[in-house]
Amino acid sequence: MPFGNTHNQAKLKFSSEQEYPDLSKHNNHMAKVLTPAIYERLRSKETPSGFTLDDVIQTGVDNPGHPFIMTVGCVAGDEETYEVFKELLDPVIEARHGGYKPTDKHKTDLNSGNLKGGDDLDPDYVLSSRVRTGRSIRGFCLPPHCSRGERRAVEKLSVEALASLSGDLKGKYYALKNMTDAEQQQLIDDHFLFDKPVSPLLLASGMARDWPDGRGIWHNDNKTFLVWVNEEDHLRVISMQKGGNMKEVFDRFCTGLTKIETLFKERGHAFMWNEHLGYVLTCPSNLGTGLRAGVHVKLPNMSKNAKFEEVLTKLRLQKRGTGGVDTAAVGGVFDISNADRIGFSEVELVQMVVDGVKLLVEMEKRLEKGQSIDDLMPAQK
Amino acid sequence: MASSFSRILSSKRSVGLLSVVGGSVAAGFLLHREHVTAGEPLRRRYPASAEYPDLRKHNNCMASHLTPAIYAKLCDKTTPNGFTLDQAIQTGVDNPGHPFIKTVGMVAGDEETYEVFADLLDPVIKERHNGYDARTMKHPTDLDATKIHSGNFDERYVLSSRVRTGRSIRGLSLPPACTRAERREVERVVVDALAGLKGDLTGRYYSLTQMTEKEQQQLIDDHFLFDKPVSPLLTCAGMARDWPDARGIWHNNEKTFLIWVNEEDHTRVISMEKGGNMKRVFERFCKGLKEVERLIQERGWEFMWNERLGYVLTCPSNLGTGLRAGVHVKLPLLSKDPRFSKILDNLRLQKRGTGGVDTAAVGGVFDISNLDRLGHSEVQLVQTVIDGVNYLIECEKRLEKGQDIKVPPPIRQFK
Repeated sequence: MPFGNTHNQAKLKFSSEQEYPDLSKHNNHMAKVLTPAIYERLRSKETPSGFTLDDVIQTGVDNPGHPFIMTVGCVAGDEETYEVFKELLDPVIEARHGGYKPTDKHKTDLNSGNLKGGDDLDPDYVLSSRVRTGRSIRGFCLPPHCSRGERRAVEKLSVEALASLSGDLKGKYYALKNMTDAEQQQLIDDHFLFDKPVSPLLLASGMARDWPDGRGIWHNDNKTFLVWVNEEDHLRVISMQKGGNMKEVFDRFCTGLTKIETLFKERGHAFMWNEHLGYVLTCPSNLGTGLRAGVHVKLPNMSKNAKFEEVLTKLRLQKRGTGGVDTAAVGGVFDISNADRIGFSEVELVQMVVDGVKLLVEMEKRLEKGQSIDDLMPAQK
Repeated sequence: MASSFSRILSSKRSVGLLSVVGGSVAAGFLLHREHVTAGEPLRRRYPASAEYPDLRKHNNCMASHLTPAIYAKLCDKTTPNGFTLDQAIQTGVDNPGHPFIKTVGMVAGDEETYEVFADLLDPVIKERHNGYDARTMKHPTDLDATKIHSGNFDERYVLSSRVRTGRSIRGLSLPPACTRAERREVERVVVDALAGLKGDLTGRYYSLTQMTEKEQQQLIDDHFLFDKPVSPLLTCAGMARDWPDARGIWHNNEKTFLIWVNEEDHTRVISMEKGGNMKRVFERFCKGLKEVERLIQERGWEFMWNERLGYVLTCPSNLGTGLRAGVHVKLPLLSKDPRFSKILDNLRLQKRGTGGVDTAAVGGVFDISNLDRLGHSEVQLVQTVIDGVNYLIECEKRLEKGQDIKVPPPIRQFK
């Protein structure tokens, strides 16, 4: 519903050609997949909650993209979006997720006991470890489309469920609109507070409507487990700590997520999930596991090495600056995380990060000593 | 023009037909906000009280008048095109406002918005337009420039003169709600009509999607080019969707008559020149507007207008005449006088910086224009500006000579 897309029936009085967006200057996945023929076939459809094709693609129409970075250019307004508009979304998913086919099945594995190692990344190099994902509550519309009533209901359910967490997961919820100045400053100092989105990619999809109504942050007393409510997804779940003990981070992540899922189920709610797409989230880029496991790691020598990019690609890893996506590295410290989201399980992805970072640190140590790294070059994962 | 606001029916504008049938009938026929298909779940529905926005930190006209009762009454209604209350108020929910400046906080998605949501819009209009009661009053339209007198300012003080308004094409949705096809249709209708302008109004259209870099630079140098809106007041209302598709600028060869297409309204019409000849600026304004109206009527279209609200535009603040007549005028001494604001108030004028709304004055040069839009005719408003600016210049001259000035009595309002 965000805005502006007047009722779909009224729109049909114009021909498909008259409505078709001008994508001549666009470089995003939606623009590469959408054709006039697809537009014509899908424009009269709506999901049961009323989300339309134009709603799906608005962000991609409004944001032509970057000549070098391929954004997705479409969002889901509810779980059914991925079904009703599969003719558009399946090819977008395939392009974004390295060839993931409409018939492929995604495996979910949140059994952290299956992770090998991961507790001994060198803390002289690995400054912090973090795992994040998202979850959507089945039966509620997603942030681009939800009404205020729905968003508040998601908040209420989430807060109730989180309030039941105990032990080292016991914590507190801070609603954005009720926060005191002192609480706000503390959350900023802890690097927990999220702001109203400013990226036009998010704004154009309608996710920031009614801000800050229904939004908030929950974290445990130890500040190692954090949940964002109603930002870009219903829930974003984050486990993090200083140092290189990714295993502990992942253990807590899995335990926490599984507990939260149980608490929701006790209240009659499931997460959006299916065999093909795994966990269903707002942006098609986050399907599958929705998982990004990463470290902040010092690689001043390795990052200057000509083979850095090649190594990352082979290890199925990506680099970002320490401010997150689209930031630059500072002082040779990089955010290194898994490049994939779907087609591999959570355990598999974290394993790739753990093994890959271990190798990168080894290479860094070699380069410090002026030694070669040729014998360490990995095969393509 | 004032007499013929009945719909001109044509097959290409069947939506106009549906609008005539009447809001609730068309709504029932066309619109099913919940789409129930056999076996599929309904959208989760909440009572109005669960959907009512949190407006406790808000200071805009919408927030002042949207009670839970009015919300409950209107939240399930839609215009024939499907525009909803939530869409109308979204910008006001997302932008709590400024503690000192009271924004309107809502927009119209189509002409019918002002009828279907009258329970909210009428009080908003009354507050914003100084007591104008849309339920009982009639708005006068008068574009006869011959009635203007003393419209030539002292050019030692007045650097430039400008009159602007907006016009909407009946039958097509407004910028917050229009589809791409509707927006393109607005562009087509307007550009087609403007091509018929002759004499000193002969001009050319520059589409934003197709302009060359050279054309773009020239338009920037002429201060004609408008950018994609960045103000959250506008972007939250959905007006910037699909930018820059179907947006453009038309101007005459003499660069004194300019039309913006599909920015905040279907069209914004501007007459301007350097110097103080406001009468001539207004003459061209009226002539141009009437010509454009004639040309679109020849093609079976008309402007959105009614007796109650005058010209219908996207923002309720621009109803009536939609007119802002203003000058850039040097008032270095007067602007420092503590009575300046009161003088402006009593003359029904407002000041802005020379960059437009929300900018600061530079070098003692102010943008002075009419405060009112609705309930007074174009001729009345322009005369008010002329009389007021002449008074301000007199004050400035007196202060230059070390003489004292007087605060004029307030102009009588209909409130």
